[in-house]
Amino acid sequence: MDLKYAPAHESFRKSVREFLAGWPLQGAEAALPISEQEGLFRKRGILAGFVYRSVPKRYGGSEQSDDAIEDRIIREEFYRAGAPGDLPSQGAGMLVPTLLEFGSEEQKRRYIGPALTDDECWCQGYSEPGSGSDLASLQCQARLDGDEWVLNGQKIWTSGAQRADMMFGLFRTEPDAKKHAGISYLLVPMDRPGIEVRPLREMTGGFEFNEVFFTDVRIPAENIVGQRGQGWAVSRATLVHERNLIGNPFMMREAFDDLVELARARLIKGRPAIEDSNIRQRLVEIEGYVRTSEASNLLQFTAANRGEPLTAIRPMMMNKVCSTDTMQRIMKCAFDLLGSDGLLAPLDEELDTWRRTTSSTGWVLQFMFSMGPAIAGGATNIQLNIIGERGYGLPRDLRPTP
Amino acid sequence: MDFGLSEEQRMLQETMRSFVLNECPTSRLREIFDEGSGHDPAIWRALVEMGIAGLVVPEDQGGAGLELLDLALVAEVFGEAAMPGPFLAHSLATLGVQFAASDEVAERILPGLASGEQTATIAFQEGERGWAPRDWTVRLKGDRISGVKHVVTHAAIADRLLVGLAGGRLAWVDARAEGIDIVEENGIDRTRPFATIRFVDVPAELLSRDEHAAERLVDAASVLLSADAFGAASKLIELDVAYAQTREQFGQPIGQFQAIKHTIARLGTEIEPARALWWQAAYALDHLPLEASRTASMAKAHIVDRAMTTARESVELHGGYGFTWECEVQIWFKRIMFDRAFLGTPEEHRERCAELADW
Repeated sequence: MDLKYAPAHESFRKSVREFLAGWPLQGAEAALPISEQEGLFRKRGILAGFVYRSVPKRYGGSEQSDDAIEDRIIREEFYRAGAPGDLPSQGAGMLVPTLLEFGSEEQKRRYIGPALTDDECWCQGYSEPGSGSDLASLQCQARLDGDEWVLNGQKIWTSGAQRADMMFGLFRTEPDAKKHAGISYLLVPMDRPGIEVRPLREMTGGFEFNEVFFTDVRIPAENIVGQRGQGWAVSRATLVHERNLIGNPFMMREAFDDLVELARARLIKGRPAIEDSNIRQRLVEIEGYVRTSEASNLLQFTAANRGEPLTAIRPMMMNKVCSTDTMQRIMKCAFDLLGSDGLLAPLDEELDTWRRTTSSTGWVLQFMFSMGPAIAGGATNIQLNIIGERGYGLPRDLRPTP
Repeated sequence: MDFGLSEEQRMLQETMRSFVLNECPTSRLREIFDEGSGHDPAIWRALVEMGIAGLVVPEDQGGAGLELLDLALVAEVFGEAAMPGPFLAHSLATLGVQFAASDEVAERILPGLASGEQTATIAFQEGERGWAPRDWTVRLKGDRISGVKHVVTHAAIADRLLVGLAGGRLAWVDARAEGIDIVEENGIDRTRPFATIRFVDVPAELLSRDEHAAERLVDAASVLLSADAFGAASKLIELDVAYAQTREQFGQPIGQFQAIKHTIARLGTEIEPARALWWQAAYALDHLPLEASRTASMAKAHIVDRAMTTARESVELHGGYGFTWECEVQIWFKRIMFDRAFLGTPEEHRERCAELADW
């Protein structure tokens, strides 16, 4: 065990910091809209070799040698600088790795570049009204008609569908096959006739996710990734890489540090709340969870980096539940610190941007948003089943025979 | 940058686990537990022969020269095993001498502790709350001490005592000296019995090299107790899983019910990632002095809290059987009670964390 970085990695960190001195942008560039500034800086990051390191140059990445410690340093430093690195979008985060593994050469050339720069915006079409935790029961249908797929059915909880140019989604193409084996992974242009996007209003008051209806929507037959009936495996590709399971605890740390600032700023009986013994107890208890996640992340990272990820497989399975619970603890404490200020609804401009704010209404928004991870991407109850069954070897739930 | 165990550290744990399997399996543990001495001289002798008594003592003083993390790795295995015997007491007393004694004094004392010729323990606690160095009131008058110390673990078999004095100073005392009265208490954790000790004009040798030694020792204790509680909670989850796989109700193993499965998954999710927290606290004590105290207290508060929840849920998961003396769960339940209440409750350690952060 040695938490010091090797000299080569220390000098790598230095070069990352030198590069990051260029953020925020200065002069005329600073006057550009923020999304353009981010795009500009991201392109510089690709040229410098700090962004999209695992994506080949011919598809728009920076194609760097695989060094997990360098990746970690980049994440730490970009986070510290608040600078735009790899886009946290569905396209860059989910579609690109999937295409790199299963896509045809033509698909890679056509789709990866614009997804990396956000010139083409993607949404994910997985959930359906009748298929949530039991996703593989999905019914949205795609029928091959000549050289086109014909899509019919409905997707739901589709975040960002109103802005998306494209959807990657799961459709039932083999109605006679068993449920997992009847699914294909298709790429759907969102401007096709027959697609209707209806926004859903969320409990926050905002409109981020949607229902998407397909009525005889025709897309080219070549818009399939992998083979017919392989869609389930294709869609799992991003989930089975251990490194993706490791996640990162930065969000938790950032939220916790903000919480401490909030406790300094808010008063209880005329004194800073942070001097109140109940609040102090709560803060340290929450920090215990944050530090546990940070340390566990380091442990898992080391296991993966040493090429023995299975030694840390159980904590990896637990990451999602841990981060979900910890974020909720942070937000509950923040809500209590707000007192009756916590009763004010978020402002429209806060609902429209995805940027975090630490105004009191910003905290209220986060208080509600922190419910999201308990549901999206595998609800906590399902995660607990996985931990119980695969982590501890408990007997699987009884399932009705199909 | 590597946050994992070395091959030697894995071997150390493997060796200790197989030692436990051979020398202190549950059947033997049970006998020691029921009999109440909290000690098996043969087991301790065997551990001493393996070098466990001097694990962190420098090599030139007869020890193995390892670090606190190595000691904590042993503590984890002993927590899993609910190992009776003076490991915790002796390790802390030994570390205390290393932290507080001048080179000359250390050279005189440590070889005897490393070889197991002498067994030692710590006498810190005063009253039910006074565990921290700033709470200690026993004073040195001339070269003698008088006063009362509580919760002195394995006092009955100790040859030497490391006694906490007013001002956070530490003294080395011969446990057989005249003026010492040891009254054994009926402790709840029968793997680590303790006594109340009265000192009347007892000769004591002040160990005065480092005034921060006592705080550092309390930090080391927090790390070892965290590792022990982590091991104990991990063992309980193992027992829970085994029981849930075999116990049947309504015609199926109870582990198939989500109520049970999710309870166990939750307990695991609360405990398992915290392994990294006590690793980090142990590492900090040897390598990151600025963070050491806060990380140690954070680990103690976090882990004993989670472990106690595990213990209580484990009783419940075992149903009526879980509430019996016969069921093994009670042994680890009490082990964790000890880890939680000894040398500071979670609340006290959290307050210490808040103070150390200047909140």
